Amino acid sequence: MKVAVCDYQAGNIRSVEIAVRRLGAELVSDVEHCDLAILPGVGSARSAMEELRRQGLDAVLRERFAQGRAVLGICLGLQLALDWTEEDGGVDGLGILPGRSVRIRDGRVPRMGWAEVEGVAYYFAHSYTAETPCATSWSEGIVAEARSGSFLGVQFHPEKSGAAGARYLDRMLTEVRERFLSRA
Amino acid sequence: MAAGRVVKGVKFQELRDVGDPVELGAAYSDRGADELVFLDVKATLEERDTLVGVVRRVAEQLSIPFTVGGGIRSVADADALLSAGADKISVNSAALAAPSLITDLAAKLGAQAVVVAIDTEGGHVRTRAGTTQTARRTVEWAREAEERGAGEILLTAIDADGTREGYDLEITRAIAEAVSVPVIASGGAGEARHVAAALEVAQAALLASILHENPERLTSLRAELRELGVALRDAA
Repeated sequence: MKVAVCDYQAGNIRSVEIAVRRLGAELVSDVEHCDLAILPGVGSARSAMEELRRQGLDAVLRERFAQGRAVLGICLGLQLALDWTEEDGGVDGLGILPGRSVRIRDGRVPRMGWAEVEGVAYYFAHSYTAETPCATSWSEGIVAEARSGSFLGVQFHPEKSGAAGARYLDRMLTEVRERFLSRA
Repeated sequence: MAAGRVVKGVKFQELRDVGDPVELGAAYSDRGADELVFLDVKATLEERDTLVGVVRRVAEQLSIPFTVGGGIRSVADADALLSAGADKISVNSAALAAPSLITDLAAKLGAQAVVVAIDTEGGHVRTRAGTTQTARRTVEWAREAEERGAGEILLTAIDADGTREGYDLEITRAIAEAVSVPVIASGGAGEARHVAAALEVAQAALLASILHENPERLTSLRAELRELGVALRDAA
């Protein structure tokens, strides 16, 4: 499977690349024509969105979504898929996942560390959280996973979540293979 | 780390070579470490950059969060480390010299990627790997770091460091109460009950000396912590 990780010049996309390569995926740079496009979770919303726009990746990702082709958003990548985020004074997102992202109101922020999602611990590192009708699982009341069409977003970092995270990514790659590639 | 090797001292002195960073990093990741922190403790004093190549090779082995610090003086330095595979960067001396560095890092990388490491002694901050006293009170510096965008505070009590006699709970509690970002307690871990006590007041606890001589200890330590009622993830 050909996987492209969007590089928006704000930090560590390498851990995502290492994780998917370990699972046997082939890394490519063509976000438009790959089998799975990953929007990773680093940086702050405004600079990330500006860089996506500068590279034209915002349009590419919207087009992929419109065509029903697989996109995975991780952490900030989930939040940027929403209509809008409160971060950095308010930033418009890609609008491929209905809803918005707001600052976490309870507990210590950023919310850093391992927390359970349906009985399995994953690593979280975030100050903002998704509010969306498309949530499919939660962690301590916070949206952990959301789905809309061919988009899957996770708030946690599967690439940083040890063996459990690798299993999650492996299941996701299998799903992409079965849902999106078998009919090709 | 220093000169590409993992080293550990007592109260920041008498650094001993304890191993290869790539091997140790992989060993800790395999044995259930929740995160890995690498600090190039001589980078500032020797006025050079953290070892990007080492970071690259360590990151290749890991699937847990990886924080790297030592000698980071600019956003470009931090970018190079994140590109090499670090998830978070830790700043200390350079942030004390120019606190706006924290602001710039948080704006570019997001607060969750910015750890401010503070070395404290007698309620005051020390800088340059603990070699130099500053006039700053630790509580005030922690607050300023948070305001400027630090996502976590890594607090090392120099008097406890390497002693294995327990964390300095007093200063750790004071900092955890002063800020609303997570605090990582560092310095003094000798046995499970020390770690459990630190986790009562801080959100995370850093371990070094007791693991470096025997990475296997991490497995038994996690079991002992669970017996003490500390909630730890199942790392399998």
